[in-house]
Amino acid sequence: MTEPAPPRGPVGIEPPARKLPLLTPETEFFWTAGKDARLLIQRCTDCGRYQHPPLSLCPVCRTQTMEASPVSGRGAVKTFTVNHQQWLPGLNQQFIFAAVELAEQPELYVFSNVLAPPETVRIGLPVQVCFEHQEDVWLPLFRPEENADAA
Amino acid sequence: MQLEGYPEKQVRITGIGQSKVGRPSDRSALQLTLDACLEAIEDAGLSVDDIDGLTCHFGKVAEGGGISPVGTVETMLALGIRPVWTNPSSAEGPGHMGAIFQAVMAVATGLCRHVLVFRTVGQATARLASRASTLLTGSRDRVDGGNAFFVPFHAHSPVNMWALYAQAYFDKYGVGPEQLGWIAVNGRRMAAHNPNAIYREPITLDDYLSARMISSPLRLYDCDSHIDGSTALIISHKDAAKDLRNTPLAVEAMGMSIGGIGEGFHEGDFTSIPATRAGEMLWKRTDFTPKDVDCAQIYDGFSIHIPLWLEAVGLCAPGEAVRFIEDGTRVALDGELPLNTSGGQLSAGRFHGYGHTHEACVQLWGRGGGRQVKDAQSCVVVNGGYGYGAMLLRRD
Repeated sequence: MTEPAPPRGPVGIEPPARKLPLLTPETEFFWTAGKDARLLIQRCTDCGRYQHPPLSLCPVCRTQTMEASPVSGRGAVKTFTVNHQQWLPGLNQQFIFAAVELAEQPELYVFSNVLAPPETVRIGLPVQVCFEHQEDVWLPLFRPEENADAA
Repeated sequence: MQLEGYPEKQVRITGIGQSKVGRPSDRSALQLTLDACLEAIEDAGLSVDDIDGLTCHFGKVAEGGGISPVGTVETMLALGIRPVWTNPSSAEGPGHMGAIFQAVMAVATGLCRHVLVFRTVGQATARLASRASTLLTGSRDRVDGGNAFFVPFHAHSPVNMWALYAQAYFDKYGVGPEQLGWIAVNGRRMAAHNPNAIYREPITLDDYLSARMISSPLRLYDCDSHIDGSTALIISHKDAAKDLRNTPLAVEAMGMSIGGIGEGFHEGDFTSIPATRAGEMLWKRTDFTPKDVDCAQIYDGFSIHIPLWLEAVGLCAPGEAVRFIEDGTRVALDGELPLNTSGGQLSAGRFHGYGHTHEACVQLWGRGGGRQVKDAQSCVVVNGGYGYGAMLLRRD
């Protein structure tokens, strides 16, 4: 089962315009976990520390005890930018690029897009992951957490 | 004392050169390189045959969008020299200044006596062929390495990363474009007196605020401009510098570090950069203090680099640099800390770090003309946005 498609139009990016990541032995799990509708982040089985991007060695324990571990997919916008410049042909709509701090650990960041109207995004905005599937990649994107304002 | 044994204490800067700036240039990248190199050699009062070491940042990159179109080998051949030591710095080293640090160490360890260091960029010409050549996007079907964590999300330019810092800094310290904009205004004010600056027309804060947004909160005048050009300098042994043309300039101290946002990994809250370690190293290697600095040439690929660096190198306290720059008086020629007196990369053009070192020498040799800092005896110069280098230069 996959997540419903993220919103398009003024806040989304049309799929053909994205340039996809090369999958490597270290990173493949991160880019493909979305096919099961979950976000996987590398974690040390000894000390429990999360590490992203994946690097094969725990930077605290210095042991190769890392495994891909499911996380909640929830977090908050640590900082963001609204891009206005058209870098490539077809990339002609504003979009939000953000550092999302995952709920599991302070300063555990995933860089991604936040799918929301630019004027609604702020530092601290609670977000949740969703996925955009292209070829063999499920890109983790984020959208405002439902009912976040009531929380 | 122990400080006297440090490698930077064994060397002096003895000459500088810079090609004419172009956007684009009508001269080839190799011609621009030779213009800068020959000027630096002449400026030092040396002959080409005196050069026994050669390095550059960061070696020839043939398909790099003009990031480094000329390396040491063709420069060596064109100059007709056979240096005993060559070693271009790496893109994985302490930033643009890596080649200068390597030259310092080569001279200090006795490998050679006069090292020619250069940095050439051909990004204006490269962009004519491909608008995307200077982006992070790459030419392959898929994006690899650290950029794989940015480009798939359409963060095609480094401005998207540095905008994250600007937004976080604004949010944490309660400042905004009305304060940050003074960096661009100050740069143009300085560049008006720099004949080799690419943009010399003054701008106002209103001009800054009404220019188009690139990646919020960074606007057009927060971004440097791609150019074609080359800068060169001569690092000589202190004993070989005594009888040359210029008053030798001492590298009083140097500092270096690496880290930050470039690999998809990040530590901290996006309001500081790990250049703090370079700053700490710098001040441990000298009896000078930040209060002794007469002017500063601070790397400005984007405006936000400047407050981050001023705080990292101890010239401002954390959170105070943007307020320090606000209204432009403290960073003016007659202010507390004259800043980026060439116009920096924002106005003089993206000489990629070496314009800053060149300008530090211009000031210490009193050649600044209408942009000269009165009685400048010392200058801090820093480069970098992932690898970081810092130097305190002074008249000997």
